[in-house]
Amino acid sequence: MQTYYSDLLVIGAGLAGERVACEAAQSGFKTTCLSIVPARRSHSSAAQGGMQAALGNCAKGEGDCCDIHFIDTVKGSDWGCDQEVARLFADAAPIEMRRLAHWGVPWNRVVPGQSFYFKGGEKFEKYEKEEKEGLITARSFGGTAKWRTCYTSDGTGHAVMCTMDNRCAELGIDVFDKKEAISLIHDGKTCMGAVVRCLRTGQLEVFLAKATAICTGGFGRIYKATTNAVICDGGGHIIAHETGLVPIGNPESIQFHPTGIVPTDILVTEGCRGDGGTLLDVNEERFMHIYEPDKAELASRDVVSRWMTHHMRQGKGVKTPYGEHLWLDIRHLGDHHISTKLREVDEICHHFLGVDPRKELIPVRPTQHYTMAGIRTNKDGAAYGLEGLYSAGEAACWDMHGFNRLGGNSLAETVVAGGIIGSKIVEFLQGYETRFDTRTVNLAVKKQEERIHDLIHGRKGKLNVYQVRNELQEALMKGCFVFRNQEGLEECVETLQKTLEKSRKVGLVSDGIGANYELGAAMKLEGQVRLGLCIAQAALQRTESRGSHNREDYPERNDKDWLNRTLAYWPEGADMPELSYEDTTSVFELPPGDRGYGGGTIIPADEKYVKERTVKSPVTEIGKKK
Amino acid sequence: MGRQLQFEIFRYNPQKKGDVPHMQTFTLDETPNMTLFIALNRLREEQDSSLMFDFCCRAGICGACAMVINGRPGLACQTKTKDQPSRITLHPLPIFKLVGDLAVDTGVWFREMYAKTESWVHTTKQFDPKRQEERMDNEVAEQIYELERCIECGCCVAACGTARLRDDFMGAAGLNRIARFVVDPRDERTDKQYFEIIGNDHGIFGCMGLLACEDVCPKKLPLQNQLGFLRRKMGITAIKEIFRKK
Ligand SMILES: Cc1cc2nc3c(=O)[nH]c(=O)nc-3n(C[C@H](O)[C@H](O)[C@H](O)COP(=O)(O)OP(=O)(O)OC[C@H]3O[C@@H](n4cnc5c(N)ncnc54)[C@H](O)[C@@H]3O)c2cc1C
Ligand code: SF4
Ligand code: SF4
Ligand code: FES
Repeated sequence: MQTYYSDLLVIGAGLAGERVACEAAQSGFKTTCLSIVPARRSHSSAAQGGMQAALGNCAKGEGDCCDIHFIDTVKGSDWGCDQEVARLFADAAPIEMRRLAHWGVPWNRVVPGQSFYFKGGEKFEKYEKEEKEGLITARSFGGTAKWRTCYTSDGTGHAVMCTMDNRCAELGIDVFDKKEAISLIHDGKTCMGAVVRCLRTGQLEVFLAKATAICTGGFGRIYKATTNAVICDGGGHIIAHETGLVPIGNPESIQFHPTGIVPTDILVTEGCRGDGGTLLDVNEERFMHIYEPDKAELASRDVVSRWMTHHMRQGKGVKTPYGEHLWLDIRHLGDHHISTKLREVDEICHHFLGVDPRKELIPVRPTQHYTMAGIRTNKDGAAYGLEGLYSAGEAACWDMHGFNRLGGNSLAETVVAGGIIGSKIVEFLQGYETRFDTRTVNLAVKKQEERIHDLIHGRKGKLNVYQVRNELQEALMKGCFVFRNQEGLEECVETLQKTLEKSRKVGLVSDGIGANYELGAAMKLEGQVRLGLCIAQAALQRTESRGSHNREDYPERNDKDWLNRTLAYWPEGADMPELSYEDTTSVFELPPGDRGYGGGTIIPADEKYVKERTVKSPVTEIGKKK
Repeated sequence: MGRQLQFEIFRYNPQKKGDVPHMQTFTLDETPNMTLFIALNRLREEQDSSLMFDFCCRAGICGACAMVINGRPGLACQTKTKDQPSRITLHPLPIFKLVGDLAVDTGVWFREMYAKTESWVHTTKQFDPKRQEERMDNEVAEQIYELERCIECGCCVAACGTARLRDDFMGAAGLNRIARFVVDPRDERTDKQYFEIIGNDHGIFGCMGLLACEDVCPKKLPLQNQLGFLRRKMGITAIKEIFRKK
């Protein structure tokens, strides 16, 4: 058995993972990163829009500051976030963007003089100041008070990922690709590393470390329709969760996007609707104005997703071999607009659909997009339940996003959290020595060997991996999607309980030799169903609507009873998650209020409760004014 | 609609004792908007679970799914079956080490390339968190970004005659990487230092200039211009070196 040893093992080499790794390596600790794919293929590189930091350099960002970024983040979270964490984040984001510039990110810069921009199809003018020339500029993003989104053309994630990976190479960090962590090694108290499957040879290997950080991104792939890469399958969450000691925070908190294209669910930008595109149903008739007379297609992401789903439920969807969808119509915007302002959409239509959006309709449907849910950590990024285990990025519920993360805040989170949590890991490692108990290590490996043997030989059953996975994906689409209600959720939990049974009885069709994919899929199937059950059960219990969690039968946000965070544990041998709750935040810089979009009523929290926790802050004043 | 597609797929699992490279035929009914991503996944889920191939973003941005499609390197996820004949032949990319069937090991190749090109900004400046960022011309920033768009799919390397002949050749992707740092004012390396990395046969002088690389690059990177740019620059450096030695 090949055994590797390091001070810090980072599972996942996306932006969050590599940023954590850099921090430890800079302090002289031996650091190893694992990734399923070469680091630069991580999903971070798919983000095109940009990342938020209150630099306030560009004209429309003038007067921006960390306080306003903090307010936007808390409002965006629908008061579901930990305000201490949101504060750490907003304050560090500008420094982190500058650091990235120093490391090599080619941020777009301020160009002085007059220029134009579009808003709601209308043309406006702006002037950039001479004295700001060459500083990092920003663009506009939904949900922010100022232009705050730093970017590099249309490839922010890609550019930042390249720079971060270069930095890892410079620091001599071992970044191993085609290595998949399949279980954590721990003794019930301390985490010692992971058992890893090599995706070149199929061999098992052991990676031991004093500290382990899970930075494996989101788990959108447990939904049938998702914008996420195929490797965003929950592997990191599963290995933490199955220890029985580490909870998933806010599993019911999953974000959806209205316009993923069908069949592959690749994202087309909100700009299509912003510029005047319309949504049509099977009869090629508009429908959004029926539900939202004022804003129609321009209502917020979650609102549009909800009405689209509703409309399809009314039998107005277009039926295809890939399921139902609706149409996005941008034909009337004309050739010039499409080939200049919506070039990326034009390309996606061409490459993936063979559709000319000037003449044809684009098939779209609401799609899973982001997992606010994740491995619950404290504000240092330390996971609940196991010493030496950390988590950062989309994999974690560090909790600056609460129930709805703002566009541009997740990419920024990866590097900001990576920096902060990396430095906390350095503190942990300083002066820390440990011993690895070989018995624990051997047992962990043996358990995985047995699982593999059983799956290959169909010892527990011969159910088809893909069919069972499909059942999970369908159940979540049906019961835990943009709309939720008691009946649907109960049905979903019931279905998933049966799926859980089945997931324990799958067996391979193929021989499982080498870099076999079916084996990998089979190994994480039960864990995926568990995650699904956590989502469904937590959503069933939460009888309110907050952020992306929308209960048709409980449309109000209920701060009186639900100003808290779900923690979903999975005790060993259990068939259902165990839910408990903790306060969302121990302090309020910004006491609960209206998030400013999406409407809905709020059942207010107990005044005394809020008062006791409210701290004096510059934000309290700014927040009141707005 | 309603075409029946015939796939001829290269099969070989090096981890399996006694396995030999061979071609295997599959048939599949075409569905609307079908891409090779959809087709290959269906083949694996419905017909042969042991089939190996790589996809990640399935949106043409990560570079994981490059393979030889009817004789030409390209991204499988953005290849629509509609644009192909009903008989589709798939091979793994050459030059890279084979993992199995259509999956190859691009990770190690590119890591070695980073090491060779020292793919990071070389600067003596320290980062000061208290200071404003250093200014940069927006045009320069955009120029750097244009060269950084490479998704490391490996298509250019797979199509390159020189790379087939010498396995230490950096390929167009490697030379493009150097160009990215040459235009970056933050990188303090001198032309002479760059020359030491690429002024030889596994660098700029190994290239035969037939430009298969640019033809197949799915990101349409201006590889031809970069090769010309480096060759001119390195040519001048080479001459300077000769005079200096005298
Ligand atoms: C289409 C799209 C567009 C987006 N655009 C934006 C945007 O404009 N702005 C913004 O702020 N956010 C955006 N986001 C969100 C943002 O991109 C992600 O939240 C963020 O990049 C996640 O980074 P990460 O480092 O946490 O994880 P990832 O980048 O997903 O990296 C995960 C890493 O973990 C590895 N891994 C996974 N499982 C295992 C395992 N079991 N063993 C070993 N390694 C493993 C993977 O190989 C990978 O290296 C977008 C998301 C999508 C889907
Ligand atoms: S031009 Fe040079 S790098 Fe490009 S394919 Fe030909 S030999 Fe290779
Ligand atoms: S230069 Fe083009 S073809 Fe070559 S690896 Fe990069 S993206 Fe692929
Ligand atoms: S899967 Fe990412 S480019 Fe094809």
